[in-house]
Amino acid sequence: MANHLFLPLVVPLISAALSVLLGRWRFVTRSITLAAALFNLGYSGWLLWLVSSTGRQVTQASAWAAPFGITLLADVMSAVMLFLAALLMFCTIIYSLLTMEPEYEQFFYYPLLLLLLLGVSGAFLTGDLFNLYVWFEVLLISSFGLVTLGSSRAQLTGGLKYVVLNLMGSTMFLIGSGLIYGLAGTLNMAHIGERLITQSEPGLTTVIATLFLFAFGSKAALAPLFFWLPESYPTPPPAVSAIFSALMTKVGVYALYRVFGTVLPGELVRLAPLILALGGLTMVLGVLGALTQTEIRRVLSFTIISEIGFVAMGLGFASAAGLAAGLLFTAHMMIVKTALFFLAGAAERVSGTGDMRRMGGLARREPALATLWFLGMVALAGIPPMSGFFGKLALLQAGVSQGHYLISGLAVLVSLFIFLAILKIWHEVFWKKPVEDQSQMPRLAPAILIPGALLVILSVVIGISAGPVAELSTQAGTQILDLPGYIEATCGPAGCDAVTSRLIK
Amino acid sequence: MILILAITIGCLFAGGFYLLLRRSLVKLILGLILLSHGVNLLIFTMGDGVRRGAPPIVDKNGVAPFNVADPVVQALILTAIVISFGLTAFILTLAYRANQVTGSDDLDTMQGEG
Amino acid sequence: MYDSIILRSVARLMLPILLMLAVFMLLRGHNLPGGGFIGGLVASCAIILQLVAFGPDFARRVLRVNYLSLAAFGVFFAAVWGLPALLTGQPYMTAFWIPDPIPGVGKIGTPVLFDLGVFFGVVGVTTQIALLLAEERNPREASDAGTAAP
Repeated sequence: MANHLFLPLVVPLISAALSVLLGRWRFVTRSITLAAALFNLGYSGWLLWLVSSTGRQVTQASAWAAPFGITLLADVMSAVMLFLAALLMFCTIIYSLLTMEPEYEQFFYYPLLLLLLLGVSGAFLTGDLFNLYVWFEVLLISSFGLVTLGSSRAQLTGGLKYVVLNLMGSTMFLIGSGLIYGLAGTLNMAHIGERLITQSEPGLTTVIATLFLFAFGSKAALAPLFFWLPESYPTPPPAVSAIFSALMTKVGVYALYRVFGTVLPGELVRLAPLILALGGLTMVLGVLGALTQTEIRRVLSFTIISEIGFVAMGLGFASAAGLAAGLLFTAHMMIVKTALFFLAGAAERVSGTGDMRRMGGLARREPALATLWFLGMVALAGIPPMSGFFGKLALLQAGVSQGHYLISGLAVLVSLFIFLAILKIWHEVFWKKPVEDQSQMPRLAPAILIPGALLVILSVVIGISAGPVAELSTQAGTQILDLPGYIEATCGPAGCDAVTSRLIK
Repeated sequence: MILILAITIGCLFAGGFYLLLRRSLVKLILGLILLSHGVNLLIFTMGDGVRRGAPPIVDKNGVAPFNVADPVVQALILTAIVISFGLTAFILTLAYRANQVTGSDDLDTMQGEG
Repeated sequence: MYDSIILRSVARLMLPILLMLAVFMLLRGHNLPGGGFIGGLVASCAIILQLVAFGPDFARRVLRVNYLSLAAFGVFFAAVWGLPALLTGQPYMTAFWIPDPIPGVGKIGTPVLFDLGVFFGVVGVTTQIALLLAEERNPREASDAGTAAP
């Protein structure tokens, strides 16, 4: 039993409680938060190495045997996501230390970040469907706190939309888990998968799967459920926008991959055309939205939606190659999008506005920022040797080899338009002549660029070491679809039903 | 019994969705509350042998005990109630603040800039 | 609003009873219906009843603690009592019990201490929410009640 799997949950929880208790001393709160994030980063790096070399790690909460208690399970996908979440959280905390205004800290900014990390890590590690719901709520509650922190008008109205739509998604998730308990008599993911192979009621299972698609789709901002995202992401401070773009939709993506790939693979095949269609719609609507916006962070928010379409496309291919490619693309997108949000925050800081029509001339004024932005932009567009190229290449390869020519062609077209949208930011903010008098503008403290620079470098590193990264993602994709292996890891080689019947005898 | 529950759940869902579609923010929140009650009842009907005839517990001899309710659904509902309690408290506070800032209860007039 | 003599008398009478019921619920919770969550709700009900009867200022004086810190301490306390299991190589939250029950209290083990943490957490959060809402909504009536309360 890998009892250490509890550490990335226990450490943020205890640190969050401590940093509320000791909130009077700002230095203590900050150090606790940074230390917890650093711990999670180091731990999840080690876990990733362990999982990729020795296979799945499992532990059972309170030592209750598998289908009865709550299982924590780390496979390659969990470990990769856990590592990225900790890394991006760490960068965000550094960025917050450099940029966040002091009054936010009074309203428990750092404890909320730690609770967000807790919820995200729990969602990535749990092997129990209802427990996944609980972790979703943990991360939602803390994100609600973060998105409305500051209580400006735009934040409150955007936050309301965010809260209401996410509550709808959670309700659907709850209905789905209730129905699946009625159908399979269990909530352990491995056990559900095992039971649904033999005693499947096709119609009802499809209904439940569609409910899950709605629930996770609304978290992941899949069309037509993405309307909360562009309303709520650009309004809070840039650090919060960055961590949201890094984690929130990706938890939805993870849940889609886990539940459809591992638990309900039969339904994945059945719903694949629907998922592909929704993915295509998401790509197109997202990029059309991005092209019409004039605020930096709004453009970036809409490109997130468009890229979620790519990730859904990977799921819709319903193959190990598709899932692996989707996962690779997700990892790339988390890193690059967070970096771009950091840099956009820095650009807004220099210009005093996020409206691109009133910005300009930053290429000459802040060359370091402009260089980093250019690299991030190139990575986002998918130009080699940056990480985006290999993610998109793998997706297209999977699509073409399975004969999905239409959606693959659409993906290429949408990629061009994403590049256009992001190029617009480059032109308006960095390249064109300044619109307003810039002599009064503040200079940028170089330290602010460090988190963004780290992530851009990481994107380059992923691009250069594409071989090992692709191997890792292939391993993850194969593992997602390997339901027998998942069951064996959770309940032992004989399966979960064998455990329950042995206990009865 | 199951029929009464089914009708009740249906009414709660119908009422909840009707209220969700209203323009008033308070009614929207009431709709969310009704919906969460409906879901709790739905989970309730999913346990306790409604579909399988017996709760998932056995005594030492492997016999299902007589007259025992399904504890899993009760735990699920308790958790769901706790979560919806917290979320309702939060969203009511949020709506109150939004009402203070925008001076409106109408979702159509509550825009970011305005 | 706070002038009902019946409500005030009942509230004063119910305060110790409800708090005792809360502790009772807390201590039996690990193998009978009850537990830290229910106990915490009952305890915060006792305080919220004072809030309704006498106003927020009086309710703040029932327990002289910072409720937010109480909640944070509760979470910390609950989470910490899962750690001994982790240190001895068991999964997190595995229970440890004192072999012999203590008379009047019952069996004591890490789940009871975990429940105690949950109790503090629930009392802290629930009371804090109620107090904040009451103080925010009716600042004028709260000050009126402060002078009217005996």
